[in-house]
Amino acid sequence: MLYSIKIAWRYLSSGKAQTALLVAGVAAGVFVFIFMSALIGGLASYLVQRTVGDISHVTIKPPDRDATLLLEDGTTVQLVQQRATTQRDTLRNAEAFLPGIEATAGVRAVSPQIVGNGFVVRGQSRSPVAVTGVEPARLSAIANIEARLVAGEARLGNGGVIIGASLASDLQVDVGQVITLQSDRGIERPLVVAGLFSIGVEALDSRAAFVSLATARTLFELPQGLSRIEIKLEDLNSADDYARRLAAETGLTAESWTTGNAQLLDGLRAQASSGNLIKGFALVTIVIGVASALLLSTYRRRSEIGIMRAFGASRGFVVAVFVLQGALIGILGGLIGAALGYLALSPFPIPEEAQAGGLPVDVRQGAYGLAISLTAIGAILASILPARAAARVDPVTVIGQ
Amino acid sequence: MTPLLEVTDLVKTYGEGEAATQVLKGLDMQLAPGELVALLGPSGSGKSTLLTILGTLMRPTSGQHVMLGRDLTRARDAELTEFRNLHIGFVFQFHHLLPDFSALENVIFPAAVAAGRETARDRGRAAELLDRVGLSDRMDFLATQLSGGQKQRVAVARALMNQPELVLADEPTGNLDRESASQVMELLTEINRDEGTSFLISTHDETIAAACRRQIRVVDGRTG
Repeated sequence: MLYSIKIAWRYLSSGKAQTALLVAGVAAGVFVFIFMSALIGGLASYLVQRTVGDISHVTIKPPDRDATLLLEDGTTVQLVQQRATTQRDTLRNAEAFLPGIEATAGVRAVSPQIVGNGFVVRGQSRSPVAVTGVEPARLSAIANIEARLVAGEARLGNGGVIIGASLASDLQVDVGQVITLQSDRGIERPLVVAGLFSIGVEALDSRAAFVSLATARTLFELPQGLSRIEIKLEDLNSADDYARRLAAETGLTAESWTTGNAQLLDGLRAQASSGNLIKGFALVTIVIGVASALLLSTYRRRSEIGIMRAFGASRGFVVAVFVLQGALIGILGGLIGAALGYLALSPFPIPEEAQAGGLPVDVRQGAYGLAISLTAIGAILASILPARAAARVDPVTVIGQ
Repeated sequence: MTPLLEVTDLVKTYGEGEAATQVLKGLDMQLAPGELVALLGPSGSGKSTLLTILGTLMRPTSGQHVMLGRDLTRARDAELTEFRNLHIGFVFQFHHLLPDFSALENVIFPAAVAAGRETARDRGRAAELLDRVGLSDRMDFLATQLSGGQKQRVAVARALMNQPELVLADEPTGNLDRESASQVMELLTEINRDEGTSFLISTHDETIAAACRRQIRVVDGRTG
């Protein structure tokens, strides 16, 4: 084995220009592979960050409260039923589960909430809003409101409200001024605008208002219970599993973020498939390049192969010499391509810190190990055909030349 | 004395049907250990084919080929490769050195390929052999940097590396000037005398044949 490595290395080093070109070709393929991994991975992180980063990963919702229709066996009924609207769906005993949920590994934040609809009234202006009542200390637990504040403070006292900047603009209101919040229960409360946020999503910036949990209880006549519990996980990809486990353990209805974002998931999957296709093409190019170069080398070195066979080199030895050349080219090209990829990607900010409009490549998602391994395996596979051709060289025909 | 090599009723036919050409036609031959034998015959008489079969690089169509008491006509390819490596050396007309390797690396090849690595002991023997053929100052020269005569002397050293019982030489001086040819022939004679290695030398040159102790003539596929 050691001797076949020496011969393989000598063959590669004796044709420096050809080997350099070959290694450069493989390195270019690996670079494309790594760049595509970093781009597709980074783009996915960026999109998820921008679209899902500020929403709950798992939400515990109240169960369906519509009455169950009891029918005798074999009976069918055509029924048009309006959903109950007089009672608000609430989680009555869910607060008891909060400490347990918070202590679960992988849970980053938990936010018990009361939500409802209402109007913000300011003079003659009335704007509909979605009101979310949160514990003041957990205002930024799910959506990082604090980081998106454009004015004021992220402090929700009992008489405070934080609203979107667009809504404030519509109402011509600023921090420190008073607005009236009227719930869909017809209850009104004057609240002081504590802060203005701008998330960049118009639906939120012009239609969302955050109040304290205590204020929400008053507005929506909910002295106890919650509307929902939002949970943020360390790894949003584990949301489906976590939601299933939570539902099974608590008997509550737990919904993963993926349920309401099927289109985004489809888009990410399609994007990943496109990336895999391009990476596949890069690998195929590497395999074809290595195979054709080694096949040429086989023909060029027919006479030497014949001499080696005449002096006792087995077919296995000849196969090893050519397969090792493929492996060395693959490993060398892989390492160089991976290093170049890392160097080229390093200056780009990670998606979490990327500016809008920038290239969202993620140097951490370059799949360097995978690229080097697949390239080495591809180069070894590519060398099998030339190696077998070399092993079949008849020493008699080449020595007689 | 048990012969080193014995071939009986050796037949080699190239091609099939109407295109078939019989080159060896029931050839018989024996070689004793330590012999220095010249193989003579006109072009097309079957000398090269005979050397190729004796070197286990090609199988005969029929007949028996026994060396060191072993019937090689029935051996598998891998067995022949190992046998060739350990017991037979070759010197070709066109030296056939590996061009990307130094003189020392070329000489050491048969031992290294058998062991799977270059040992210090083998390097020592290769250096001794190169010294013996007068190339101790050319050990690290690439094959391409050597003259024709020097290349052929490296080829002789390589043939002796594994201390084979038999060295087959196909026109070893055919591509050399008279002085180099004479040096190479002196070398072969000296090694045969000192180490007892058997040589079978195919040649057209009557002077070379005369330097050998026995001559075998191949005429029309048979020994004359």
